[in-house]
Amino acid sequence: MKNISATMRHWLPLACALALAALGPWMSPYLADFVVKVMILSIFALSLELLVGMTGLVSLGHAAFYGIGAYATVLGAGRDGGSIAWLLPLAMGSAAAYALVVGALSLRTRGVYFIMVTLAFAQMAFFVFHDTPFGGGSDGIYMYVRPTLGAIDMESRWVQFYGVLGALVGTYGLLALIRRSRLGAALAGIRVNEQRMRAAGFAVYGYKLAAFVIAGALAGLAGFLVASRDGVVNPELMAWHNSGEVLLMIILGGLGHLRGAVIGAVAFTLLKEVLSTHALVGPLADQWQLTLGLAIIAFVALLPKGLIGVAARLSPAANGAAPKLDAVPAPNAKVTP
Amino acid sequence: MDVGTFLVQCLNAVQYGLLLFLVASGLTLIFGIMGVINLAHGSFYMLGAYMAFALSPLFGDQFLVMLVAGVVLAALFGYVLEWAFFSYLYQRDHLQQVLMTYGLILVFEALRSMLVGNDVHGVKAPPWLEGSFALGELMRYPWYRLFASAACIVLALGLYFVVNRTRLGMMIRAGASNRDMVRGLGIDIRRLYRIVFAAGVALAALAGMIAAPMSSVYPGMGGSVLIICFVVVVIGGVGSITGALVASLLVGFVDTFGKVFFAELSGMGIYVLMAAVLIWRPEGLMGRKT
Repeated sequence: MKNISATMRHWLPLACALALAALGPWMSPYLADFVVKVMILSIFALSLELLVGMTGLVSLGHAAFYGIGAYATVLGAGRDGGSIAWLLPLAMGSAAAYALVVGALSLRTRGVYFIMVTLAFAQMAFFVFHDTPFGGGSDGIYMYVRPTLGAIDMESRWVQFYGVLGALVGTYGLLALIRRSRLGAALAGIRVNEQRMRAAGFAVYGYKLAAFVIAGALAGLAGFLVASRDGVVNPELMAWHNSGEVLLMIILGGLGHLRGAVIGAVAFTLLKEVLSTHALVGPLADQWQLTLGLAIIAFVALLPKGLIGVAARLSPAANGAAPKLDAVPAPNAKVTP
Repeated sequence: MDVGTFLVQCLNAVQYGLLLFLVASGLTLIFGIMGVINLAHGSFYMLGAYMAFALSPLFGDQFLVMLVAGVVLAALFGYVLEWAFFSYLYQRDHLQQVLMTYGLILVFEALRSMLVGNDVHGVKAPPWLEGSFALGELMRYPWYRLFASAACIVLALGLYFVVNRTRLGMMIRAGASNRDMVRGLGIDIRRLYRIVFAAGVALAALAGMIAAPMSSVYPGMGGSVLIICFVVVVIGGVGSITGALVASLLVGFVDTFGKVFFAELSGMGIYVLMAAVLIWRPEGLMGRKT
């Protein structure tokens, strides 16, 4: 029984992706567009999960890397458009480069300092694009020609859908691999007890910086996709509300689980949509900020383990098999400094 | 740059820095003593500005009376808010504090929009502070800005006195350096928390009220102040009031002169300053090594 559920847990994400791929052609344009939006947000949330859930670093400036990836795509494409083959590495590379600088500085601090410093550096990126004409100022800039690669053209709705789905599966797979790798084990060790890891001879700073840069690059991937989808970027992409919302997504889904980031992205987008739809909540829809704020407070207060935590509590059978978030990683012979 | 311009910019820098200090000192105390990271602190600044907008027609010329009334209201509000909301955050981790206070910002912004709408408002300076005086040959400086600086200096001195010379201040300093020990020594820590929180809200709201006649009153004004105050707290060192003062003035000068010399990149100056401090002293200018 336990084996079946463990196997299911293993393959369920892939099954979901396959189901989504199969359902794609039957979706209405509106629904397909909504799914693409949620998938991009899922990639963005997954990238932050690497920092918050896997390494225990609470960053409140993750939107900067998302925005930089998006801006790099649009600026790189210029008037004549460009190939995905170099625009995608450019977007991810720019985001990773900024993450390297921000990470190198902010990882000198910890805890609440780290939260404030990451927020401040994200705000700096926001101001650079907001106040200078280089990125179109506060209006942002349009992308005239969407990125292409041979016959693949991001202008097409289906290329967007399957391209984003592929990117989501790739990101999920990469993070799942990192989790099982030596890097992942070291990051888990840092999350649980950084002092002990340092005492054991790990270059803690280097591992954290590596996580920060990878997370930045993946956020840049999400930025590349959002720019290719929307065909326009503006500084709002980097606004600190976006950093707050993506942080909410991963805690709403369930911190410490990769699927939590995806579930959270879906749930948060739906929640926002529901709270601002007149047909569903009546006149309260005009006050969606109020209801959303109260919902956030209630969620975090009542369900600190997120939706996955609720599911685990409802089915005690699965409880035993679920990986414990707080569990100390077993001393692993494969992990060497 | 002639002497007059230079003087005006210096006065602006000091005035801006001191105003930041009022907001940041509350933030650093609340973090230093309660260990709570409060994203909603900027909302208290906004609350003050909107209070000035709402109260100024009622009080007319009695600007100082209005400030006192506003401070009392804000402190009461802070006291109740600590009891109803923030006291539940102390046991939670930073991530949850961040998210719950983020939710609180949305609630405050929604309430603001319901109560006073989304328009940009102006608040008039009191008649006895209108006009300006000559500084150098060409420049003039408004009396109100000078009053704002003076008021902030008086408050900063008052804060210094309370923190360093009174029994309450002793408890506050003790709380900032070792919370558990204070609790162990039998000090009613919950009451101390409530007082510190109320004082932090009152200071931020007072800064908002003082700032209202100089800058307009607009939605979302809390967010930008919050982030600059984070920079101030990081530079100064969490929990240190002296650090907050030094850092506020530094940020005030860097920001003001940044606008004069590098208009387009002026927004970046304070972050570069923060980066420099992080390289040099990651724990902040006056922070303790951890």
